[in-house]
Amino acid sequence: MTRYSAFNLLREGLRGHTGWGKAWRSPAPKSSYDAVIVGAGGHGLATAYYLAKNHGLTNVAVLEKGWLGGGNTGRNTTVIRSNYFYPESAALYDLSVRLYENLSRELNYNVMFSQRGMVVTAHSEPDMEMAARQVNAMRLNGVDAEFLDRDQVRKLAPLLNYRADMRFPIHGGVLQPRAGTGRHDAVAWGYARAADALGVDIIQNCEVQDFIFEAGRCVGVHTSKGDIRAAVVGATVAGHSSVIAKMAGCGDLPITSYALQAFVSEPLKPVLDTVVLCPPFGTYVSQSDKGGLVIGGGLDRIPSYGQRGNLPVQETVLAGLVEMMPALASVKLLRHWAGIVDVTPDSSPIIGPSGVEGLYLNCGWGTGGFKAIPAGGYLFAHILATGTHHEISRPFDRNRFVTGHLIDEGAASGIAH
Amino acid sequence: MTSHRTSRVALIDRLQPLRFSFDGKEYQGYKGDTLASALLANGVRVMGRSFKYHRPRGPWGAWVDDPNAIMTVTLNGRTFPNCPATTTPLVEGMQARAVNAWPSAAFDIKSGLDVFHRWLSAGFYYKTFMWPNWHLFEPMIRKMAGLGDISRDVLKGYSADQVFDHCQVLVIGGGAAGLAAARAAAEAGKGVVLVDDHPVLGGGLHQMPEIEGIAPADWIAEQASAITSAGGRILTATTAFGVYDHGLVGLAENGPFGTAPRLHRMRAERIVLATGALDRPITFTGNDRPGVMSVDGACEYLARYGVLVGRRIALVSNNSLADAAEVMLKEAGAQLIRLNPHDGPLQALGGKQTKGISQGSQHHAVDTILASGGMTPLVHLWRHAGGKLDWCEIRQALLPGTAPDGMVAVGAVNGAFDLDVSLSEARTAGAGKTPGVSPTSYGLAALWPDPGSKGRQWIDFQHDVTLKDVELAARENYVSVEHLKRYTTLGMASDQGKTSNMAGLAAMAAVQGRPLPEVGTTTFRPPFVPVPLEMYHGHHGKQLWHPLKRLALEPQHRAAEAALGEYGGWLRPGWYGRGKAKNLIHQEVLTARTSAGIFDASPLGKIEVLGPDAEAFVNFIYYNTISTLKPGHIRYGFMLTEGGSVMDDGVIARLDQNRFVISCSSSHVDSVRTHLEAWRQDGNDPDRIFIHDLTQHWATITVAGPKARDILAALALDVDLPAQEFPHMTLRETRFDDTPLRIARVSFTGDLSYELSIRRTKAPALWDAVVKAGVALEAAPIGIEALSILRAEKGYIMVGKDTDGETMPHDLGFGIPRLKKPVAFIGDRSLHSDKANASNRKALVGLAVPTGDTLLPTGAHLVEDTPPRSLGYVTSSYDSPTLGHPIALGLVENGAARIGETVSVWHLGDIRKATICAPCAFDPEGERLNA
Amino acid sequence: MQIFPCPFCGPRNETEFHFAGELGKVRPATAEKIAAPDWATYLYAQRNEKGLVHEVWMHLTCSELFVMERDSVTMQVLDTRSLREDAQ
Repeated sequence: MTRYSAFNLLREGLRGHTGWGKAWRSPAPKSSYDAVIVGAGGHGLATAYYLAKNHGLTNVAVLEKGWLGGGNTGRNTTVIRSNYFYPESAALYDLSVRLYENLSRELNYNVMFSQRGMVVTAHSEPDMEMAARQVNAMRLNGVDAEFLDRDQVRKLAPLLNYRADMRFPIHGGVLQPRAGTGRHDAVAWGYARAADALGVDIIQNCEVQDFIFEAGRCVGVHTSKGDIRAAVVGATVAGHSSVIAKMAGCGDLPITSYALQAFVSEPLKPVLDTVVLCPPFGTYVSQSDKGGLVIGGGLDRIPSYGQRGNLPVQETVLAGLVEMMPALASVKLLRHWAGIVDVTPDSSPIIGPSGVEGLYLNCGWGTGGFKAIPAGGYLFAHILATGTHHEISRPFDRNRFVTGHLIDEGAASGIAH
Repeated sequence: MTSHRTSRVALIDRLQPLRFSFDGKEYQGYKGDTLASALLANGVRVMGRSFKYHRPRGPWGAWVDDPNAIMTVTLNGRTFPNCPATTTPLVEGMQARAVNAWPSAAFDIKSGLDVFHRWLSAGFYYKTFMWPNWHLFEPMIRKMAGLGDISRDVLKGYSADQVFDHCQVLVIGGGAAGLAAARAAAEAGKGVVLVDDHPVLGGGLHQMPEIEGIAPADWIAEQASAITSAGGRILTATTAFGVYDHGLVGLAENGPFGTAPRLHRMRAERIVLATGALDRPITFTGNDRPGVMSVDGACEYLARYGVLVGRRIALVSNNSLADAAEVMLKEAGAQLIRLNPHDGPLQALGGKQTKGISQGSQHHAVDTILASGGMTPLVHLWRHAGGKLDWCEIRQALLPGTAPDGMVAVGAVNGAFDLDVSLSEARTAGAGKTPGVSPTSYGLAALWPDPGSKGRQWIDFQHDVTLKDVELAARENYVSVEHLKRYTTLGMASDQGKTSNMAGLAAMAAVQGRPLPEVGTTTFRPPFVPVPLEMYHGHHGKQLWHPLKRLALEPQHRAAEAALGEYGGWLRPGWYGRGKAKNLIHQEVLTARTSAGIFDASPLGKIEVLGPDAEAFVNFIYYNTISTLKPGHIRYGFMLTEGGSVMDDGVIARLDQNRFVISCSSSHVDSVRTHLEAWRQDGNDPDRIFIHDLTQHWATITVAGPKARDILAALALDVDLPAQEFPHMTLRETRFDDTPLRIARVSFTGDLSYELSIRRTKAPALWDAVVKAGVALEAAPIGIEALSILRAEKGYIMVGKDTDGETMPHDLGFGIPRLKKPVAFIGDRSLHSDKANASNRKALVGLAVPTGDTLLPTGAHLVEDTPPRSLGYVTSSYDSPTLGHPIALGLVENGAARIGETVSVWHLGDIRKATICAPCAFDPEGERLNA
Repeated sequence: MQIFPCPFCGPRNETEFHFAGELGKVRPATAEKIAAPDWATYLYAQRNEKGLVHEVWMHLTCSELFVMERDSVTMQVLDTRSLREDAQ
């Protein structure tokens, strides 16, 4: 693998970039592995990387039905943050932010994590009280947070509508300075390249058609490229978790699949330096390095596996943006798309044993899986390698739905992420 | 006559010259021109710069397929970024500037970047800028990126209409096929709507000498007239930008420049797609030079605008459609040579102007190169709707295959590039039948990019993706089409790959030695062309964004100088009078404690549950036992979710054996009603229970305070008021002004209190009477801010403020039904989960501050000191005018057991102390209830 | 914008409807002892099928619950019928 660096880029530029090797191989699957991961999205690839790096497990395959990073990893709005209320969530998502902070250098792949900060606005006195409560919770959980008044919000996001007669006037907000955006594809590609370099086989266009059981234990998978046996199997198939769980006989998961839409405008010169979420408008926005406004909002309201958006939600989200930032009214929408997300009753993920021996699940990330990729991979690798929970993943075990120890962050953000 | 304008009959109005400027220089065009056609007529070739290398660019196409000429346009002081010059109609006084270029497109200071192109290959940024971190380099990169700059001012009057519409047959595309199909359908008696994105119908017909024996303009007019005569409608300048679930088509109808398009949400029983096809660029060295244009684009400039784009033209085409173009351009006065792209590698010569073209050793001095590598059908909408695509080897194109429900494709989009075939398909489809794929005489010789060949050959013009970038992506194993697209950004520019996608796929297929159809295609995503955000916004704004609910008594409150604000979706008085809010609110609290407060409680829920099974139903709905409630009595209780958490609190009154009134919180009425309906119909006999929400029909006026009884007495109602006759938590029905009046003795302040409910229309009379009677006793109207303090003094909760999504009733001191209620109720089992039984549950407590301390901030956390850990937080906090010191409520881990403990209170890094106490700070014995 | 045919009001825009849950959830008899896993299954488990689904929806403007069969991939609505017919 050619190392990526300014020097090598300079050298390759001079010789027509002919010396760059493959970012990852396209190997044929072996008949057995120490671990097989189903789904080469961000979480699956990160899991493979950390299995190899942290646990020395390199005889690992990641199986992907389509192309790597082609699910929600490549469809999200790229926001990375850990502005959560409960200590369990803060521990999980802040681990992720910390891993992201060093990820480009660690993977030797620029994932463009840009800590431009994220502002969540407050629009009434009760909102301000909730904002204060959240800032305090975040800081007590060891996460950076600032409580902003209206003028401070204005400095960070001058495009917002500050008219006093607007439907939801801005009173202030919460800032997480370390939050920001990353380049979503690069996260998948960076993990894929680094995992591949450590010996992991990433096998694309390889559909898992069934699981292989022996004495009640999952010992491998039937795939479109033949049977592959594994000491342990992990599934990271956001959007299709219920389908895989059914196939494996793990019963009905507490998950409903919904389409989540995202939008991008034509590129503009820089107009917005932070990520901004205005909860009463149900819309959030950031500006990508290319200049497009990347826009997101709430879920579609109809359970769906169709990876496309529908007009009513588009109207709500984009109208919300124009209400938030009326100067954007004439900016043109370039493209919109949708991904299918796993929605759990408490909007928190499920990580851990599936209920079937030998098979583990990493799912249920709802609309917030991208920001959790490094932590999801890190923790899931720990579980696959050791068979036990990491302290940070333990509260997110599927068993919480039986004990009632839900981690419902509904209060942490206007949009149920 | 400007230099490139011919006298050919065109669609411009030569009697209406228009003045405009581009990059600061003045020009003249005509009404009917686009910015691009007017500039070309003036001999301007360089209209933009590419995204990455800042290469000079002129228009490739004449319509939506142009990726190059993008401008920021100012008209009448209003500025619009990112206007494609090829689709922007020329208006008198327009000032256009090329985006991404300074000081002008012709002389751009960043053009030097092109020198470094070898280091700016696809994905170069993934390989560097990692040390020390990306954020150091990012601001510079951000400044370089982006196209137009927006004005920070809000455009006045820029507002979109949005309409719902429907028709039997929607024909998309107003060229020959679309017109013929629409006419056939209209004449067959169907309700037809024909849409076309050009301001003038006809598609490519204007290029033709004649059609069916008459001049194109006459033929078009005849079809249009036949369509409208048969009752059809025609929408021009209207783009079908997307097809959504259940066949909804989004149409953007463009008005004059500078106005927001109108959104039509169009439903059609059947859709005839006649969107045509586009010329595909040829990949050769220097193919991005200004002066390299599409064959069809050049013909459109001539036919629609009378502009001959070049005088000495090299026409490079691999198909027979160029024959007609050759005739047309020559007739207009061009010298033209034909080159066969298969005869050898091509190279465009020149810099900002095309100077020639070479093929092998042959050089030709030309000022314009027109290229067509074949036709690419515009199948976007077909794919939005879920239609399949089939590869056609003869046409070397993806054509509509298996159709989506209710859609049919005709004409060039269906591969019918011959006019006769196209018309025949269109008439078949218009008559309601489905034509197949027809034979073609298109004479195409497959032509695709040649990997490994020399020179810089552009695949995506706007994003500066070259053939070498595709080769690099393949070398690095980014071989799936989605990886190719994302790694190189191919097809992601503002033309959405209309010119580049096919060449990109073909290049990847060629690099890998695979057949093109095996490579597959990326997803076609709406919108077909970029559309302003305002189009989606339209009426969804201002006060129509979550409209406020209004009180029947709003005029009375306004007259009393109420400070109206939003509380739980209602516009309600926060307090009354002018002056410092805090003083006014405190005075209202004191008035309520010494005399009485008169409060408009109309938003309180008034949901009736009726029927023979009503008792069992409410007993199941409520946490508390309701079945033992006697008629005329009232009980306080909780509704829970099945997860056991508190959904709402409030009182329920029993009017008679089979009739209850649920008085839920103001902001929960809609959700409670839905909750009740869902349980009524699912799991119960819906013929024995009825839910009737009368919240909006009744107004409620609360009189609360020691003088409340005297005020009611002054109303001279036919009801016994003494406490023995009318005790707390009972209800009486009487009449006021000959109208039924319901009086409930309930209290949210801890004082003697009556809630008077009456028909909405009678509320003003009742209010006036109560206020008149009250004023005599020094009572006064109070707002919701005072009420919030009054209830907090008593430790009464507001659900959602003093509870969160985890709070269960036993956290609020209401633990008995959980242990004792003998029958099933919603949420019951969840109250015995591991979590419900946990010892560290957060419970409601009061919080007292040391004497002289200021009030605690709401949202502050109670913490264990080392390490700092949150135990809970302050939910409500006020200066109590009644008690003369601050009070607060909070949710704290194991709160009931901590009463008397002093804890640290943490707020934004500051720490202070508070003592945990019982929630009720005022009149804990409840003696004032019967005062 | 999808169109759902309310069995009582006819075809209406999707924005008038509320997804009430999957069809066939039966509330355990909680007056008896219910094991925690069984209660969790009732509360949270979802079939969440890809393809044909059977769901309960409420038409918010008439408040009636009804059963809808539809395809969760293509969004095609196959059938709607009153919930009480379904119960019979």
